[in-house]
Amino acid sequence: MWASLTLQAGYNAALVSLGAAMLGLTAGAVGAFLYLRRRALVSDAMAHATLPGIGLAFLAMAATGGDGRFLPGLMLGAALTAGLGLLCVQAISARLAEDAAIGIVLSTFYGAGIVILTVVQSAGVGRPAGLEGVLLGQASAMLASDVTVIALGAAVILLALWALRRPFAMVAFDAGHATGLGLRVRLLDTALLALTLGVVLIGLQVVGLILIVALLIIPAATGRLWSNRVGIVVLIAACVGAVAGYGGAAISATAPNLPTGAVTVLLAFAVFGLSVFIAPRGLLARWHHGR
Amino acid sequence: MVDPTPFPIPEAAMTIRDLTVAYQEGRVLEGVDARFAAGAMTAIVGPNGAGKSTLLKASLDLIARRTGEVRVFGAPFANMRQRVAYVPQRAAVDWDFPARAIDVVQMGLYGETGALGRLTGGLRARAADALARVGMADFAKRQIGALSGGQQQRVFLARALAQGADLYVLDEPFAGVDAATETAIVAVLHSLRAEGRSVIAVHHDLATVPAYFDRVLMLNRRVIAEGPVGTAFTQTTLAATYGTALPQKVPA
Amino acid sequence: MGAEFVALSLVPMLVATLAAIACALPGNFLLLRGQSLLGDAISHVVLPGIVVAFLLTGVTTTPAMLAGALAAAGLSVALIEGLRRGAGVEPGAAMGIVFTTMFAAGVVLLEQSGAAGVHLDVEHALYGNLESLIWLQADGWAALGDPAALAALPEELPRMALVTVIVAACIALSWRPLILTSFDEGFARSIGLPVRMLSAGLVALAALAAVAAFSAVGSILVIAMLVCPAAAARLLTTSVGAQVAFSLLFAALSAVIGYILAGYAPLWLGLPAAVSAAGMIAVTAGIILMLAMLGTRPKS
Repeated sequence: MWASLTLQAGYNAALVSLGAAMLGLTAGAVGAFLYLRRRALVSDAMAHATLPGIGLAFLAMAATGGDGRFLPGLMLGAALTAGLGLLCVQAISARLAEDAAIGIVLSTFYGAGIVILTVVQSAGVGRPAGLEGVLLGQASAMLASDVTVIALGAAVILLALWALRRPFAMVAFDAGHATGLGLRVRLLDTALLALTLGVVLIGLQVVGLILIVALLIIPAATGRLWSNRVGIVVLIAACVGAVAGYGGAAISATAPNLPTGAVTVLLAFAVFGLSVFIAPRGLLARWHHGR
Repeated sequence: MVDPTPFPIPEAAMTIRDLTVAYQEGRVLEGVDARFAAGAMTAIVGPNGAGKSTLLKASLDLIARRTGEVRVFGAPFANMRQRVAYVPQRAAVDWDFPARAIDVVQMGLYGETGALGRLTGGLRARAADALARVGMADFAKRQIGALSGGQQQRVFLARALAQGADLYVLDEPFAGVDAATETAIVAVLHSLRAEGRSVIAVHHDLATVPAYFDRVLMLNRRVIAEGPVGTAFTQTTLAATYGTALPQKVPA
Repeated sequence: MGAEFVALSLVPMLVATLAAIACALPGNFLLLRGQSLLGDAISHVVLPGIVVAFLLTGVTTTPAMLAGALAAAGLSVALIEGLRRGAGVEPGAAMGIVFTTMFAAGVVLLEQSGAAGVHLDVEHALYGNLESLIWLQADGWAALGDPAALAALPEELPRMALVTVIVAACIALSWRPLILTSFDEGFARSIGLPVRMLSAGLVALAALAAVAAFSAVGSILVIAMLVCPAAAARLLTTSVGAQVAFSLLFAALSAVIGYILAGYAPLWLGLPAAVSAAGMIAVTAGIILMLAMLGTRPKS
């Protein structure tokens, strides 16, 4: 495991670990804004809603004679159904509570995804083996080209986040006030969700769609425990995410049956759990203050 | 309306001794001692954050208290639940809940029916009477979500009436209601007093305190003043309660 | 609709229907309390609960799995509350942190412990194994009257039936208190109702339904059935009683229609094999909700 953690387990493993770190960094930074805006769980519905798109994209690519597992193609399909899922969350939460809308979209889209995956399996086209890797992450199966896609995606997302960091922070802090200042809150919220979707997409192979929500929430919640300042919360969240992503990929590469997503989440939670006790806004400080 | 007999001290509907409540942010109420006279209408008055609602909730065991003892008609509240009706803030519930006005009022009969007891004709009539008493008889079958804020507040009061209690504890019963509702609620509360029942209400509109209430408890995390409106509700006690910034002009 | 149907489809269809009903019942009250996602959380933490119970006892009997899953549900609720109150983490996020972490722990334990080889695996956990509940001894409808054939019924059916009865009985007995606390917790406390116990009991019922349904239909269908039927019924009705009644109808319809579509529609379309029944049932539940939304006017 040590060799893996120190990038000495071969060129491909090192590349994958660095890719996972970039994903974690991006997820932490985007997740921090999402957390401050109190929209974290919407990303869970979005992530689950990628599955039917992935299945359909695979079928489409396999039917046209291509490689069904071509990553950018799968990501395009995933983006389409995830976007549709997001629209459904918005339509349903106009009539019912948002948490119900999230549960509905999450379960029905995921159900549709499972249906399509069984179609893929029974259709017997285009080497579907390993497609389930998108559920819980399978970093070890990643290729150098996949890492390039992740790195490019992460760079674009981080650039956009950097450009929009001030309006995002203002909307997260006080949407009413931001509206008063002439900010277009709806547009900014949509932009934030679009960036979140980006994170979900580049995280599919690394962490998987079931647990990517953890990489958006846990580092952000950790950052929030350490600081009251937006910039610092984002910075800490990005660091925690990067460490968890890197460690998750490296550790999962050392054993055959360790899904990257699960290990990454447990690592992030370890940092969070420690912070719950020792951070300035954590239990010990509160307990001390409350006496 | 001044209490003609401030002395001797009348029987107490509720007494509170040394009540302290602390949230994580710090103490909200500190060593509160209070006694609410039986057969009287008492307003709890104080600025935002003074702990008025907290005082009610802590007294009725709805939130934990750090210290303090509460007695209702001389006994611990837990033994006296049947004699107390609590009307929470209207904003505290989801009015989109699938229920009609009469369904909410019938919730006040739970003390009689329990989980499985039958809702007898007599009990149904009692709920209908309670709704009629607040002027809402025509809205019995209306969805609560379709009612105006004032109408919702009246339904809440009718639920308390259906309980047939001796002490009515109301949290901001006039918040965000129309003038007609305010008049109707005051009339019902005054008729309760005429029947010898006791009323405690958190109240915001200082201008109407003397007209509506007999007694007042001025609160700002501690008790500033307590007594009949005539002696306890003065410029001096108001200044002590609100500091220099009075929220509105008050009749001298 | 003959021998083949009884042997291959009757039992899965009944189990799916019972599972849907058992989940939809507590789901109604979770929806009314704005706690729909608690069902989501519970259905995720069932996995680590079952895995830990298996590792501790070495058996996959129903009581052991149930105890493990209930303990996990209890732990998750306690952790969520602890994070919310103790560390000021926003409720939705606290839930997300707890259930993803516990699910992740369940996955790692499962993959590392060798439990995967026995009875459990992650894919079953996610979308169940409804199709495997075949009743080989049945040779037609007459089997329903044949003691020997009945004795060979897949054990999931009586288990799911028992759990459904327990859930329904508990909901019926605490009907009035549940409505009261769901509408106005402060008032419910003031008249002395055990509000905390009712909340915990509701969570326990949802967990019980989730555990029993889980092994047959998987966690995705559990989430769908906890939320979708109640939500669709909520749009169409104006009283709790009617909402619950409609939700049960929708739950049963989703199960039956979804199962039939999964089994037969692919054949109509010329595909060689059936598709996932649990997935199709979840989709059907979503379609019913969509129809309910289209069929009712939005609030002005």
